Amino acid sequence: MLEIQDLVKRYGDGDPVLRGLDLSVAEKSVTAVIGSSGAGKSTLLRCVNRLVEPTSGSIRLNGMELTTLRGGELRRARRRIGMVFQGFNLLERLTVMENVLAGRLGYVGFFPALLRRYPQEDVDRAYGLLKRVGLAKYVNTRADALSGGERQRVGVVRALMQEPEILLADEPTASLDPKTAEGIMHLMRDLSAELSLPVLINIHNVAQAKTYAERIVGLRHGLIIFDDVPEALDDEAFDRIYEGDEAGAAKALGEERDDAAVKA
Amino acid sequence: MSRAATDGLATDGFRWRKPPFIANPVLRYGIWLLAAAYLVWAVSSIPIDPQRILAGFPRAAQIFGGAIPPDFARWELLLSGFLESIQIALIATAVGVVLSVPLAILSARNVVPVPVYLVGRAVVITARSFHPVIVAIIFVKAVGFGALAGILTLILYTIGFVSKLLAEAIEEIDWGQVEAMQAAGADYLKVLSYAVAPQVMPRQIGLALYQLDINLRASTVVGIVGAGGIGSTLMNAFGRYDYDYAFAILIAIISLVFATEIVSGRIRRGIS
Repeated sequence: MLEIQDLVKRYGDGDPVLRGLDLSVAEKSVTAVIGSSGAGKSTLLRCVNRLVEPTSGSIRLNGMELTTLRGGELRRARRRIGMVFQGFNLLERLTVMENVLAGRLGYVGFFPALLRRYPQEDVDRAYGLLKRVGLAKYVNTRADALSGGERQRVGVVRALMQEPEILLADEPTASLDPKTAEGIMHLMRDLSAELSLPVLINIHNVAQAKTYAERIVGLRHGLIIFDDVPEALDDEAFDRIYEGDEAGAAKALGEERDDAAVKA
Repeated sequence: MSRAATDGLATDGFRWRKPPFIANPVLRYGIWLLAAAYLVWAVSSIPIDPQRILAGFPRAAQIFGGAIPPDFARWELLLSGFLESIQIALIATAVGVVLSVPLAILSARNVVPVPVYLVGRAVVITARSFHPVIVAIIFVKAVGFGALAGILTLILYTIGFVSKLLAEAIEEIDWGQVEAMQAAGADYLKVLSYAVAPQVMPRQIGLALYQLDINLRASTVVGIVGAGGIGSTLMNAFGRYDYDYAFAILIAIISLVFATEIVSGRIRRGIS
């Protein structure tokens, strides 16, 4: 259970990116966050694991206040929060197995990590998850040799290695072609169900959001202006979320509107 | 598109020139004027005597005449000096490259707090501010003639060079990997070893090889001021007017430089 209350984030002296935002995410569900570029989606996710420092407000994960943690406490909290990145952020020159085991860095000591001597149960779990996503044959392949979709699957597995209590995904499919993107969304939905994991996904593609999420949150200028089941996201709600951002709206609709334009 | 298609859009008399590099004309021509004035003053103030240059030619001919054919008779002395130079270079490179790693981290803006960075950079700049020959003179005074002075000199030289360039490599890494490791709950040392080290490792290996190359050359030079190796042998040969022996040493040094160039070039191609 993630509970966000009155979250404010301001970079420097500028206008706040998040303006007193409230959101709670319950267990075992996929929640998609949509909105224009600059609406604060990325900042929202990054405030949760404190890659970005919130200016004020409260974020609680299963009862634990995250905004005030420091040092070792923060690192122990971070390992309970998995994160998947738009650019994958894999350790490019290391092998797939090293990338996946890096998800355990919050748990193992420095020298075992340096010498790649991970506990056997970590290796077993890594191998099992790689098998689950169809990458078992690539354990010793370098990450930079994989295709985009394979890389993002490694990213997902790495996050799951943390045995997270929540999975954050920041535009996980934006760097992928449409078909591969569908595959990653599918995988995250299935894993959410299999592992009873709440998943919070920032996403540009509204069609994918509607297909794979059980709940859609619309962000505009740092506030939530829509929060409902996908079926409730009608044209009126869509226009409110993307008001004044025609380019973003077209991108969010993806192929649907491109096709319409061609027909017209 | 045919020429005719754009003819209707043509306008007459629009002149175009590439904008000058320095926009202000006073500054632009002023710089040239100052440079010319300084050059005239510099040439006139330093005594450049054509007579002395001309007199140098027969003397050079005498030296070269004495140098040919090169004399390899004392090859054992040559070889021992040579091996000492290589030892100096290898030891200094190994120690210097290892010591340069922590200093590079401390002087990389993106991985340490600003005050640490400033101190680290100051140390690097200090290590780089003197030519190795000057450093060698100081170390020879401090620890006496011989290889130790040469090793210490080249360690300092290596630290200055490698840590500066390694720090720059660290500053250019892909930060996303660092964020991913932080998000997984990794502490500072684990982030360095997983997200930073692999990214700069090829650069560091390349730098180490390049520095070995440089140190092999420099180890022959620092010997001239008494810091051991083939340079000392060379200086003695010159001092005794043994030009043929000196020429043999020079040939040996050139061969060594060629050999290291070929070997290190091949290794570097191998890793990248």
